[in-house]
Amino acid sequence: MLTLEKRPQPSKAFAYLTPLIAILATMFFGGLLFMALGKNPFESIRTIFWDPLFGEFAFYYRPQLFVKGGPLILIAIGLSLGFKAGIWNIGAEGQYIVGAICGAGAGLAFYPMEAWYIFPIMIIAGALGGWAWAMIPALLKVKFQTNEILVSLMLVYVADQLLASMSLGLLKNPEGQGFPGSRNLKDYPSAFNDEIITGTGMHWGVAAAFIAVIFAYVLLNRHMLGFSIRLTGEAPRAAKFSSVNPNRIILFCLGMSGALAGLAGMFEVSGPSGQVSIDFASGYGFTAIIVAFLGRLHPVGIFFAGLLLALTYIGGEMAQGNLGLPSAAIQLFQGMLLFFLLAVDLLTNYRIKLSRKEAV
Amino acid sequence: MTETLLTIDKLTKAYPGVVANDSVSFEIKQGEVHALLGENGAGKSTLVKMIYGLVKPDSGVMTMNGAPFTPAEPRAARASGVAMVFQHFSLFDALDVAENIALGMENPPPMRDLAERIRSVSEEYGLPLDPYRTVGDLSAGERQRVEIIRCLLQDPKLLIMDEPTSVLTPQEVDILFETLRKLTAEGVAILYISHKLEEIRTLCDAATVLRLGKNVGTCIPAETSARDMAELMVGTELQTPKSAGADLGEVVLDISGLSMPSPSEFGTALKNLHMRLRAGEVLGIGGVAGNGQDEMLLALSGEVRVDTNALKMNGKAIGNLAPNARRALGLLTAPEERLGHAAAPDMSLTENALLSGNVRRGLSERGFLKWGKTRAFAEEIIEKFDVRTPGPDNAARSLSGGNLQKFVIGREVLQAPEVLVVNQPTWGVDALAAASIRQAILDLAAGGTAVIVISQDLDELMEVADNFAALNEGRLTEKRPTKGLSIDEIGLMMGGAHGMEAAHADA
Repeated sequence: MLTLEKRPQPSKAFAYLTPLIAILATMFFGGLLFMALGKNPFESIRTIFWDPLFGEFAFYYRPQLFVKGGPLILIAIGLSLGFKAGIWNIGAEGQYIVGAICGAGAGLAFYPMEAWYIFPIMIIAGALGGWAWAMIPALLKVKFQTNEILVSLMLVYVADQLLASMSLGLLKNPEGQGFPGSRNLKDYPSAFNDEIITGTGMHWGVAAAFIAVIFAYVLLNRHMLGFSIRLTGEAPRAAKFSSVNPNRIILFCLGMSGALAGLAGMFEVSGPSGQVSIDFASGYGFTAIIVAFLGRLHPVGIFFAGLLLALTYIGGEMAQGNLGLPSAAIQLFQGMLLFFLLAVDLLTNYRIKLSRKEAV
Repeated sequence: MTETLLTIDKLTKAYPGVVANDSVSFEIKQGEVHALLGENGAGKSTLVKMIYGLVKPDSGVMTMNGAPFTPAEPRAARASGVAMVFQHFSLFDALDVAENIALGMENPPPMRDLAERIRSVSEEYGLPLDPYRTVGDLSAGERQRVEIIRCLLQDPKLLIMDEPTSVLTPQEVDILFETLRKLTAEGVAILYISHKLEEIRTLCDAATVLRLGKNVGTCIPAETSARDMAELMVGTELQTPKSAGADLGEVVLDISGLSMPSPSEFGTALKNLHMRLRAGEVLGIGGVAGNGQDEMLLALSGEVRVDTNALKMNGKAIGNLAPNARRALGLLTAPEERLGHAAAPDMSLTENALLSGNVRRGLSERGFLKWGKTRAFAEEIIEKFDVRTPGPDNAARSLSGGNLQKFVIGREVLQAPEVLVVNQPTWGVDALAAASIRQAILDLAAGGTAVIVISQDLDELMEVADNFAALNEGRLTEKRPTKGLSIDEIGLMMGGAHGMEAAHADA
């Protein structure tokens, strides 16, 4: 019989190995899934993981890695702070949407004026929008002990409705011949989040993601606030004993993850997407949860996990186009990654032992 | 009376890295109270688990009434007449007594019959108990009765009791002993696990001492001194902690009218506590578990804020201050629960040193951590308090209970507190570590620190404390000098028998 035995110390080796094992297991079972759908599993896996980087059209897809990875990393960094403290913000998607609406709205308010300060104002507005949306579950949790998982998740659907209403109403392009959606910010230089270096996919949001990674690393490893966050997640009673005010941690973590998600939304709407439209939301806020865990809630890990997930996005799109794989299969594939990660994760703290049947 | 009930012959059980029981042999006779003595980790629990069918021995045989006894699971052990009262009760607070007992039975009879049987058994053995009371409302002593009656309903031949008196007042202990004597008179054998030597001397007919998994001796407790038994347990000579007996100084901590609602559902509210503590004084606070000890620590540490003026430190009102603000003033605390409260299990010792040492040791500057200094602090604790660990990078949970306790106490002591409050400083700690922790407390007091020791171990309090007070249902008694205080007086301070006296009125 297999039994699990708790390790006296968490295994360092497994902490680093689990993401790799999870990726391999996902490739294997994903391959089986694609086979069951009547596709060649090797070709499918190659299309997803290899072709975007080294295939014929890699010159087009490689920059996409940053374009897709930037928002994922930015959101996941924020989420990881909360997750470390045991505060589960599941509604980053909503904060992302509200950040985009606020950022775009702030920019469009100045249209057609051109000025250098418009873009910074949009950044601030985007961050504030996401922050405010996250403050709703935060304050409700602090004041009434509501469950932040449910509240933040439900607010995603509210944000979805808000997005639809904005694209059809307040922010609708007056010159858009009745089509839903705002003006395209790509046509408004002061508000356009252009590539910093042309052809690399590096826009300001990607730069912000890099900064967030460094900021989170310093916070968690070198600062008392980061220590308090980790302590709250590891042992809440010890945190109280150590003089940590749990409410302050809740407000900080939810606020921070909301602000970063809002920033991601703002950079997306003013750059790659270009306009507030009904179909603006693309699930980054949810995929970022996978990114955060795949990266072991560690800033550097999240950076690589974000790029990997971006790869599955791009490769998934290619597989849809070239091989005719259904998009649900790609989502399933991403979900599998999280599933295997969490399963293999057990080995960090436990080891599997073969034993004769015996009650302990 | 003299017939052998259970023979244990060369029982061995090894776990990876440790031999829990190394060819242990002894006999339990019918109608005898047999003590199983030993420090934590000596192998008492493993041995008992083998008898109760929870663990299978690697080798060795047990014989009961002449027949081989190899229980594969607790059900089989129970069927053979072995019953066990665990140290930690497995009762559901929200259910009543009869329902709790029915849950533990193979084929529970209808509730009304069961209640009737509970009544008759409880009266027969002097353990009155209302089958329809909710367990959540019972005192610790009454909960133990539920467990004992649950066992008695099985007509046991051998009753195993694991540290049964740790939750009882001296008066309640007397009642329990009455019951146990009644049982032995009927031929029931009792295997009694404890480390309270005086208790064993009054109650037990024979004792087996385990050390590091081996049987190191059998003795007749009534004829052996407590000191000899303790040295048999530890294997070396014991140093009794010595107090330097410093003169008491000014009042440093003034508790006046401290009241606090219970922070948890089944906790205890603190009711109007008054106490003055002088520099260099060691105040022992006794009481049965669950009478407000944990709550008192929370109120003193600042984890729960109280009325501003209820606590004064050197004349300054501190009732509304957070733990770190109190630490800055010199009020340090060490909670009872090591893992999860005093220390974070999965964090390294260095990180755990930071947990409470940040303010007084200056381990951060404008919020940025000084890991080098923190690590040095952890190393200092490890060295000065003889914490056995490969180094400060190890996780707290990898340490044994005694070593982690030394770390937790050392962390506070090395911050040079003005007032130190410790809750159960030697709970679950081996005798040597306990002695060194007590010595550290006494040294601290000799240097002018006022210390409050909250403990359920009365011997410990008698050893270290200048003055004694007791917590009973959230109220604190006046303090009295420890010298000349009799066990009876202490028992009365702790609340006497909590209204359980009537039990043996006619016994």
